[in-house]
Amino acid sequence: MLRLEGISAGYGPAIVLRDLSLSAAPGRITCLMGRNGAGKTTTLKAIMGLVRPSAGRIMLGDQVISDLPAHRVAGQGIGYVPQGRGLFSELSVAQNLRIGLMARRGDAAETAAIRAEVLTRFPRLAERLDQRADTLSGGEQQMLSMARALCLRPRLLLLDEPTEGLQPSMIEAIRQVIMSLRDAGAAVLLVEQRIDAVLAIADHVHVIENGRNLEDFDAAALTRAPERLRAHLGV
Amino acid sequence: MEFGPYLMLAMLEGAVLAAVLALMASGLSLTFGVMRVVNVAHGEFYMLGAVIAWFVAHLVGGGAALSFVAAAIIAPLAVGVLAAAADITILKRIDYDPERTIVATIGLLYVIQQVTLMTYGPDARPVEPPFNSRIALPWIEWGEGGPSLYFPWGLSTTSYKLFVIGAAAVLILAIRLFMTRSRAGLIMRATQLDSDMATAFGIPVERVYAAVFGLGAALAALAGVLIVPIQQAHYLMGGDALLLSFIVVIIGGLGSMAGTIVAAVLIGMSDGIISVFFSPTLAKIIATLLVALVLVFRPQGLFGTRDR
Ligand SMILES: Nc1ncnc2c1ncn2[C@@H]1O[C@H](COP(=O)(O)OP(=O)(O)O)[C@@H](O)[C@H]1O
Ligand SMILES: [Mg+2]
Repeated sequence: MLRLEGISAGYGPAIVLRDLSLSAAPGRITCLMGRNGAGKTTTLKAIMGLVRPSAGRIMLGDQVISDLPAHRVAGQGIGYVPQGRGLFSELSVAQNLRIGLMARRGDAAETAAIRAEVLTRFPRLAERLDQRADTLSGGEQQMLSMARALCLRPRLLLLDEPTEGLQPSMIEAIRQVIMSLRDAGAAVLLVEQRIDAVLAIADHVHVIENGRNLEDFDAAALTRAPERLRAHLGV
Repeated sequence: MEFGPYLMLAMLEGAVLAAVLALMASGLSLTFGVMRVVNVAHGEFYMLGAVIAWFVAHLVGGGAALSFVAAAIIAPLAVGVLAAAADITILKRIDYDPERTIVATIGLLYVIQQVTLMTYGPDARPVEPPFNSRIALPWIEWGEGGPSLYFPWGLSTTSYKLFVIGAAAVLILAIRLFMTRSRAGLIMRATQLDSDMATAFGIPVERVYAAVFGLGAALAALAGVLIVPIQQAHYLMGGDALLLSFIVVIIGGLGSMAGTIVAAVLIGMSDGIISVFFSPTLAKIIATLLVALVLVFRPQGLFGTRDR
């Protein structure tokens, strides 16, 4: 469903991604791994149109999304859970969700249905609708960031280290959400550093280094040779 | 006149200035808050509001009240559209870079000023207020038989000045409601807080910027329409107004709406009082000194947050 074909991108004169190719399929969890500074976050930003590729193209289905204006990318059905959560800090939980619902551009009935569905999935947010996002606990903030992305009913979900700095119970809750989305048929592209977590849920792993493809693993390769993956990441 | 009534008179003058300043500086603060750019041409949008009000009064006819209402609609709309167009054609092209925006808006300032000079001319021209009855104000006297009201000679204001104070208060409240309650306000605040995440959730940030720049300019134009029946329209009137707006926005804390209002009241009132009792020059000196003190001891302004 998602395909990056020979993407080069960076910030101003600094080139970060070099001829990078990867893909993510519906109903599958694809993990993007690499050391700090390898370009994982930049890859997700490039998909969202926040960083413009200087070469290559990004396809969603048979549409070239790298040609779209950045604000039109989300509307193609891509939910983004950025590193550091990226919440609108001074806005309330309800307002953060409202922004997510706006991106969906559904009619009133659909919007209400999605909102109810998301709040059922994250009951802790339902109790805190009027609370400012920056007063939530770390775990709740991550829930909100995911809930906001789910407001789009995404067919592709991008998650950038969603479990970073969270306690184990929260990590497990987030894992459950990711798996249920996969089961519902969404494509998931997950940036994750913890190898055990990746081995447990990934259908496919792309390892990148210095913004380049280093090695891809499918599920079979992951079970056969997990130590290769560890070696790449230096752990 | 005794001191008490005299002080009240000074405060009324100050309140009129504070009201107009609060409105104008809110526009500047909004633009800075959302877009992180300093609009040096803001004073010219104020001037344009006043000049357009004069043109409307002379072209529409039909009495002062009708032309005032017409000006209050036409001027902010026209100036807002002009500013939004300037945003799309100039600021967007320089990528809203803070430094280059300052230079670009200085250029815009001169273009607007010179075009006004060429069309409207160098004269200061008055615009008739829509209503202007003199209102004598009572003062309390403590006599032998307890407090009693009397009307000291010279303690009066006009219905129009009271209207300006009321109108500014209503407009500022309306902006606040717009920013906190409306869908468009929510989009503007989201853009202000994190423009990248706003983009990632489908918000067309550049269009939001054009709207914010236009809205900020429209507020300045509205302030110009309100002031012109009190102060004549002149092609150079934007300079002082810009300076005072900057003073207010810096003291209040860049981008903080509440701080802007408080600072406008502070500066407007002190300017009114000091001008009446001493001299307008002293009032400006003290305001500027206050800015210097704020910049040294509280650079983020009274209501600003440090991390911006
Ligand atoms: N906004 C930016 N401006 C310039 N360079 C950046 C920016 N963000 C990231 N980089 C650089 O791009 C490289 C990749 O960063 P990033 O994509 O965040 O890596 P990762 O998410 O894999 O840790 C790093 O060398 C980083 O310093
Ligand atoms: Mg990263």
